[in-house]
Order: sequence, then structure tokens, then C-alpha cells
Amino acid sequence: MTAYTELATREAYGRFLVELGEENKDIVVLDADLSRSTMTKYFAEKFPERFIQCGLEEQNMMGVAAGLAATGKVPFVSTFAVFAACRCFDQVRVCIAQPKLNVKIVATHGGITVGEDGASHHAIEDLALYCSLPGFNVVVPADGIETVEAIRVAAATGGPFYIRLGRPKFPSVYKDGYRFNLGKAVTMRQGKDATVIACGVMVSKTLEAANSLASHGIDCRVLNLPTLKPLDEAAIIEAATQTGAIVVAEEHLLHGGLGSRVAQVVAREKPVPMRFIGIDDVYTKSGKPDELLQKNALTAEAIEQAVKAVVAKKLK
Amino acid sequence: MKMFDLSVPELEKTAKRLRRHVIQMIATAGSGHPGGSLSAADIVAALYFKVMRYDPKNQRWSDRDRFVLSKGHAAPILYAALAECGYFPVEELSTLRKLGSRLQGHTDRALTPGVEMSAGSLGQGLSFGIGIALAGRLDKRDYHVYVLLGDGECEEGQVWEAAMFAPHFQMDNLTAIVDHNGIQLDGRCCDIMGIEPLADKWRAFNWHVLEIDGHDMKQILQALKEAREIKGKPTVVIARTVKGKGVSFMENNVDFHGKAPSTQETEIALKELA
Repeated sequence: MTAYTELATREAYGRFLVELGEENKDIVVLDADLSRSTMTKYFAEKFPERFIQCGLEEQNMMGVAAGLAATGKVPFVSTFAVFAACRCFDQVRVCIAQPKLNVKIVATHGGITVGEDGASHHAIEDLALYCSLPGFNVVVPADGIETVEAIRVAAATGGPFYIRLGRPKFPSVYKDGYRFNLGKAVTMRQGKDATVIACGVMVSKTLEAANSLASHGIDCRVLNLPTLKPLDEAAIIEAATQTGAIVVAEEHLLHGGLGSRVAQVVAREKPVPMRFIGIDDVYTKSGKPDELLQKNALTAEAIEQAVKAVVAKKLK
Repeated sequence: MKMFDLSVPELEKTAKRLRRHVIQMIATAGSGHPGGSLSAADIVAALYFKVMRYDPKNQRWSDRDRFVLSKGHAAPILYAALAECGYFPVEELSTLRKLGSRLQGHTDRALTPGVEMSAGSLGQGLSFGIGIALAGRLDKRDYHVYVLLGDGECEEGQVWEAAMFAPHFQMDNLTAIVDHNGIQLDGRCCDIMGIEPLADKWRAFNWHVLEIDGHDMKQILQALKEAREIKGKPTVVIARTVKGKGVSFMENNVDFHGKAPSTQETEIALKELA
């Protein structure tokens, strides 16, 4: 058993796929010339007959996966998030989403923490695109443990999934024994003054911000919301009702992702002051992951400021 | 099991009956694509009434041969064949494109018995067929997958991704058929986007290439037999066809790519197909 706590999400995925492959002989894995980056290479080494190297044919790959799923296989399809979302969107829409086929798209290199490769490789629209597809399950794990648990649930649950992983190792937020529930938020920290809802790499930054806020007398609730779709509306409504102020943090454009989805529920059920941490309608540039998070204000400090702002507005 | 094993004259008669269904369905719906359904009628008749094994009473039968309609706008010819071979009542054909119908404007695998693939966005069927064929190989099943593409559809880039993929994986359980009727929505293929030399393109991608008259039943059967026998590579059958085949005023008429016939035109068409 690998110690998944210590691994980057993509590394945890790659290693866990081998375990899954042992258990379930219907699992097949497809990749488009990126198996050494998406880490499906471990599965390819162990089960070469069930690994389908598609070459640089992402659109074809989605169609092939759909055909495999229509014949009872459980295809896991991996490439970078920019390609999985933007390059093959129509193929996913018509061949996978509309017939609700059992295809698991696990995209690595999500968000801007891809780093030096620059704008073409920064997936900042992928969650908006996948959340727009009726019936798709969309999941953004926060660390290696949550990745493994989400993959385990996805494999056991019928229907299409988009799971977004990252390139660098994210700080761990879970320990062994964590169980992922599809469509459920996880309360990482209780609090009564405001709630920060986050996913992916922003969960650890939110916990950091909450600790700092506590020393300033602000008692901040933290929800990890790994499932963007289906959304845990009850947890969001409860947070709005009980804390009266909400901040959403994600490594994605401000529109179409977690923030938009949470805001829709809050606006409809329990309007409270909100702030949003994300990328503000720009394409990002090359740089180190941490530099890019800093430059785009995806930081614990930015979350802290946003919480102070919503709390002030609530009290006005 | 083979549902049907019709003779050549019977197949020709069946193709005519399917064409009549196509005209009636599209006329009743008031919209649809008659041209590309009529050009594919003989090929579809050969597959469903002679070549393929399947069982309408056991639709998910794992060993069935699969027909993937990549040119999803030709849905009416597929629906006509599926109804005639027993997947659903022939009377249901008149519900085409209506609210609440199982017969959508473009194919929907979740709704229509016997439909393998949801299509309508061109260029995707060959990839889907490859997936089914790969699954068959993994499971050591000997079914065959037939994918019907349009010639205009061959302008889509994804077709050539798939065309490169299938020979690389030596997929001899897969046959592509190109309904080469020479016309697409905006005009003649040669004017819209030069796709020739089409056979040479597939040859260059390492396919076993057969060129036939797509309305000559004997040639169709011979080609499909050879396609199943060739080992080590996939076969593509380039079937030269006539768009709107069987109805004089629709033949080679670009207007009937996607237009329903009027009441009067329908009468004439059905007389010609009697």
C-alpha cells in the first residue's frame, strides 16, 4: 500500500490506478502521449494489454473511450486538463455526456500551478466547461488522499466523471482513513463568523487563512467542496444561514466554476455578502507555481482579506 | 444468430421499401435529410438483411455485430431498417422528429432500440467504432463493427485521427464504409472542399481499400465479405453512390440534402419507389 499522503495528486492517481486495475478487469486506461506526465505509465507497465496509447489524438481518444464504455468497459482517460476540456469538448459533449456513458476523464495539470509552460497549458476554463455539461460529475480533489478516494468512488459509480488533478504536490489536508462522499462538502473547520468554500489547492490555503483569522478574533468555517457537480446545496445554505457571509476560493476563472455555482445557490436560497478568489478574466503567464498563485492573488492573505471584507459588510 | 439471409433480389426489394419509409417519415416530419438516407439505403439493407448477426429480442447481446452510423443525419434510413427487422413497430416511424418520440432528428443511443451511437456532430463515429472493436478484442469476441461515414464528413480532422489509429492497432474487426455521394449541404464536395483522391488517402493510412458501386447489391455483398476476411488491417469500402438515389428529382440535387418533400413531391417519389 502506497503512502498516498506524501504524493502529488497525479502521482497518487497513477499509483492507485494499478490497484484498481488489479481489482477490476474491466478498467482500461487511455492516454494521449502524456503517460509519463499524467502517471498512467504505471498502469501501462503493469497492464499493457489494457492500456491504450492514443498518440496525439485527443479527439479520437474521447470517441474511442465512449465506444469502450458502450461495450461495458470502464475507461479512464487522461491527458492535460487544457486538452481534456478545450480540445475535445464537442467529442465529450456528443459521445459521452449526451448518452451519459461511463467514462472517467482524469485530467492532470489543472489550473495555473502548471507553472512555466504558460497560458496554453494553464487550464482555467475546464471546470466551467465540464460543469456546463448536463449529467457530468465534476470533482477537484485537494490532495493525494482525496484523489485516491475520489477515483475509487468514480470507478464504482456509473456515469461520466471529470476529475481535475494538479501538477505539483499540494500540501496534504487529509490523513489515511478519509472517505470521499460524492456530492458532499467536508467541514474542515467549524466557525460562526463567515465560511470559506474551497476546492483543490485552495483548501490548504484556506485553512492557513482561517488560522490567521482566528488570531484576529474571526471564527471562520472552512468547507472543502471537492464535488462541483452534483453540488452540496444543503451545506452551502447551512453555511449562509449560520455564518452569514461566504468567500469562495478556486484555482480557476472567476466565472463558471465553484464560485459561480455556489453564488447561484446563495442568491436563490439565502443571499448573504460574498467575495470570490479566482482568476479575474485574464490569461496567465509563465512562472513558478507559487509565483503565479501570488501574482493572481490565490493566496491565504487574499482569502483573509476577503473574509474580513464580507464580515464587515455583514455587520454593516 | 443471423436474423435475415435474403437473396440479392430480395435485398433490392427491401432497399426500395426502406427508401419508401425514408420519404414518408421525412414528409410526415416536415424536415430531415432525404438525400444521404437514400444514397445509403442499399448498404444499410445489405448489412441488416444479410451480413450482420444481431437479435432484436436481445438487444444488448454481447456478440452482436455493430452498425455505427457516423453520419447521424441519415438517421431515417437506420430507423427504417431497425423497424423492418423488428427492433420497434414500423408504425412508430411516423413519429420521427416529433416531441416525445424515440426517433430523434439525429441518433440517440439512449432512446432508440438498436441504435449503437448518439451522433449528429460529424467525424466521430469511426472513433466510437474503434472503441467497440477494441473492447471486442479484449473480451475475445468475434463480432464485427461497421461504421458508415459520409464523404463530406471525411473533411473532419477527427476522421483522420481515427484513420491513423485503426491500422496501427491492426483492427481487422472493423470496417468503414464511405457513402461517397459527392454532395454535401452547401454543394458538390469537389467545390466545397477537395477530398479526392479519397481512396488513395485511406490507402496511405494503411487501410485495405475497396472501391465499389454502392447501389450494386452484388458488389456490396462481395466487398463486405472480403472486409470480414482480410486479416491484420481494417477495411474501408468506398461506395460510389448517388445522393437521393431512387427519386428522380432528388438524385444529385443538393437541395434535397436537408429538405422535406412537399405533398405533391412525396406522391411522385413514392410512385417512383413503388
